[in-house]
Amino acid sequence: MPSRIAEIRLVSSHREVYEPCDDSFALVDALLTDRTNLIEHNPKICMEIGCGSGYVITSLILLLKNEVPGVHYLATDTNPIAARVTNETLEAHGVEADVICTDIASCLENRLAGSVDVMVVNPPYVPTPEYEVGMEGIASAWAGGENGRTVIDKILPVVDHLLSEKGWFYLVTLTSNLPAEICLMMRKKGYAFRIVVQRSTDEENLLILKFWRDKDEESLDKEVFMSQFSRSFSSFMENQRR
Amino acid sequence: MRLIVHNMMSCNIKGVVNNFPLRIEAEKVIEKEVDFNPDFLRHMFAKIEWKALVDGARSLGYTELPDHAPDTAALESDESFLRQFHHALLELHLEEGSLVCPETGRKFSVNKGIPNMLLHEDEV
Repeated sequence: MPSRIAEIRLVSSHREVYEPCDDSFALVDALLTDRTNLIEHNPKICMEIGCGSGYVITSLILLLKNEVPGVHYLATDTNPIAARVTNETLEAHGVEADVICTDIASCLENRLAGSVDVMVVNPPYVPTPEYEVGMEGIASAWAGGENGRTVIDKILPVVDHLLSEKGWFYLVTLTSNLPAEICLMMRKKGYAFRIVVQRSTDEENLLILKFWRDKDEESLDKEVFMSQFSRSFSSFMENQRR
Repeated sequence: MRLIVHNMMSCNIKGVVNNFPLRIEAEKVIEKEVDFNPDFLRHMFAKIEWKALVDGARSLGYTELPDHAPDTAALESDESFLRQFHHALLELHLEEGSLVCPETGRKFSVNKGIPNMLLHEDEV
């Protein structure tokens, strides 16, 4: 039986909320690709920052529902309308997550620290002028400032803070976000990475990255790391072509 | 908003020290059944601030929880306790109401079950 994910016809919508698009599909594909590992991972708390339409968190719940019982799902969005739309999408699929309207995970940072076993984030990654970042409504779903990194760079330390020892983190990025640099920043916090999905569309080149804590102290030398990143990127592309 | 989330949230206004737990003002409470999962409850028990849960449950009209957190033996053997814990943590929903910061009295609204914890510019 194929895994169930959220059905587009059941995803609620609103003109101020980002609809499921190539990036959302690529992220859900990454979760599907990693499904067996996720089941084995046996998470207790899963969370999405920036849940938008609710398509991704609903898909994650459906993916794990029958295999991993007793998981607590949390979803946040800075747009109150998106939070409501996510609730409607969850309800339409008959699944449950706790949705909170907050900036990134601001109100959860004290008490949820070190508790999240799976974090998924499809951040506002589109390079835009800085003043567009943090605007209300649908712009908050895409406006990413310089290199599309302004919000991503705020999210990374929060994710590091919230993840449990065994926590996994899936992140949507564009090549224009300089993903090698993101991986290097995460490496400095003690995380290893893997490219789970790569997808080129007409407009953008998407990478879905997965991070996990890795005690192995690899070289933090920037040059070495950057060449490692390009090697793993090319070998990933090589495998894709086969 | 369920109490499992209430137990994880604090007031994030800049400079506020006494930021937890948020006091609940309930206008509408609903209940939804959730599958009983003892393993999950045992995992969560360690993370829960007991008094905040008890007070939260009371403000939602549920008074069965003991004042003091039971010891871990009760978690293994006492199913009636686990059932109460389960109900308070996962089945009660604050559908409409407010969350009040214990230090500043700032109110955060809860509409259609979603707490709005966004801050004003001068609070960040």
